Amino acid sequence: MSQSNTFTLDGKTIPYSEGQTIIQAAMAAGEYIPHLCFNPEFKPHGSCKLCTVKANGRQTASCTQHPAPDMVVESDTKEINDERRTLLQMLFVEGNHFCPSCEKSGNCQLQATAYQLNMMSPHFDQFFPDRPLDASHPDYLLDFNRCILCSLCVRASRDVDGKNVFALSGRGIKSHLIVNAKSGRLADTNFSGDDKAAHVCPVGVILKKRVGFAIPIGSRSFDEQPISATPHPQGACPVGPRSNAATLPPHPTVKDA
Amino acid sequence: MNAPTKKLRVATTSLAGCFGCHMSFLDIDERLLELVQLVEFDRSPLTDIKHCGPCDIGIIEGGLCNAENVHVLREFRANCKILIAIGACAINGGLPAQRNHLSLSAILEEVYHAQHGLVDGFIPNDPELPLPLDKVHPIHEVVKVDYFIPGCPPSADAIWKVLTDLLAGKEPELGHGLIHYD
Repeated sequence: MSQSNTFTLDGKTIPYSEGQTIIQAAMAAGEYIPHLCFNPEFKPHGSCKLCTVKANGRQTASCTQHPAPDMVVESDTKEINDERRTLLQMLFVEGNHFCPSCEKSGNCQLQATAYQLNMMSPHFDQFFPDRPLDASHPDYLLDFNRCILCSLCVRASRDVDGKNVFALSGRGIKSHLIVNAKSGRLADTNFSGDDKAAHVCPVGVILKKRVGFAIPIGSRSFDEQPISATPHPQGACPVGPRSNAATLPPHPTVKDA
Repeated sequence: MNAPTKKLRVATTSLAGCFGCHMSFLDIDERLLELVQLVEFDRSPLTDIKHCGPCDIGIIEGGLCNAENVHVLREFRANCKILIAIGACAINGGLPAQRNHLSLSAILEEVYHAQHGLVDGFIPNDPELPLPLDKVHPIHEVVKVDYFIPGCPPSADAIWKVLTDLLAGKEPELGHGLIHYD
């Protein structure tokens, strides 16, 4: 019996090549699986669990799981979407996500994913943590209130920029994003606006100064179309395995606003 | 001519809000005429009734920043079959909740005592003034909330969609373009 390199995603046949993960093959086929810490340009982190699917009946993160021939993958089901919504609600109450005053509103993947999954309320009690800003850098602002610990800036700075400006520190509920400088301030690092790390934040933590509302709220990426219809919001998704992020071509990003 | 159907009774209030959601509600414009065929208002800024009586739908704008907000919210919950949280402040505390990382005493001190230009400042303590809460809270942390209309404010179309869905006996659904947190 010959084996086909295809699996089914919610009943649709999806081809894959050796080394691809489920989400990579799905994206290449134009299918949307909700995700936050996954970015096609970087090695998967597998931490946000938004991309959880059921593969042959078992829950797994589709950004780290490789498909097998004829695997039956379920993604857009009530059960999984309910769990994804709960994950989102926990992310929202853990930080301070006040969309009306956020420059990233409308271009934010956390917000757009919450719209996509019909999150009408945070459901849980708010933590209201105290997370001071870092406005020390002349061109960039860090608003830690919105950090979801996706580690994309950590991966970009380490793997692409070769700078190690960011890191995740602490464990469990005390995990937080830190800046690699004795003072802990962004101004005391060699971070620059040309860095990949300056352009990968899916939420509103790493913000370019003085351009916040150049594109008005209401005319932004996810105001125009839902995230499921926006092809790869963080960039193109080249087909095939990616072992070396640094060699990948540049890609269009969500409007910097 | 059809016999008039019983109108649903609706109460609305703004707690720790800015009345922006009520303004957005009024933005349904001429659809208000359609709405008043179907509903009548109980306590609301539109009627000036002071206490909420038995209602079908209660609409709460704003979060909870003082003791009076909590009393009003509980009165609404006790009287309304369906309670709706409208706008960012009712849903996650919103702008007033930006004070939550500061201590209440430090805020009162700064505003009434220490701020530059204040002469003989004192923290108001009239018994008529409701006591501020230590932190600002969204309303679902205190009472059961049945439906949420997010937005700052939600658009008139979003409010209209939820109200007309409810009046038609359907589960309200917003979908892309109407669901907004900003």
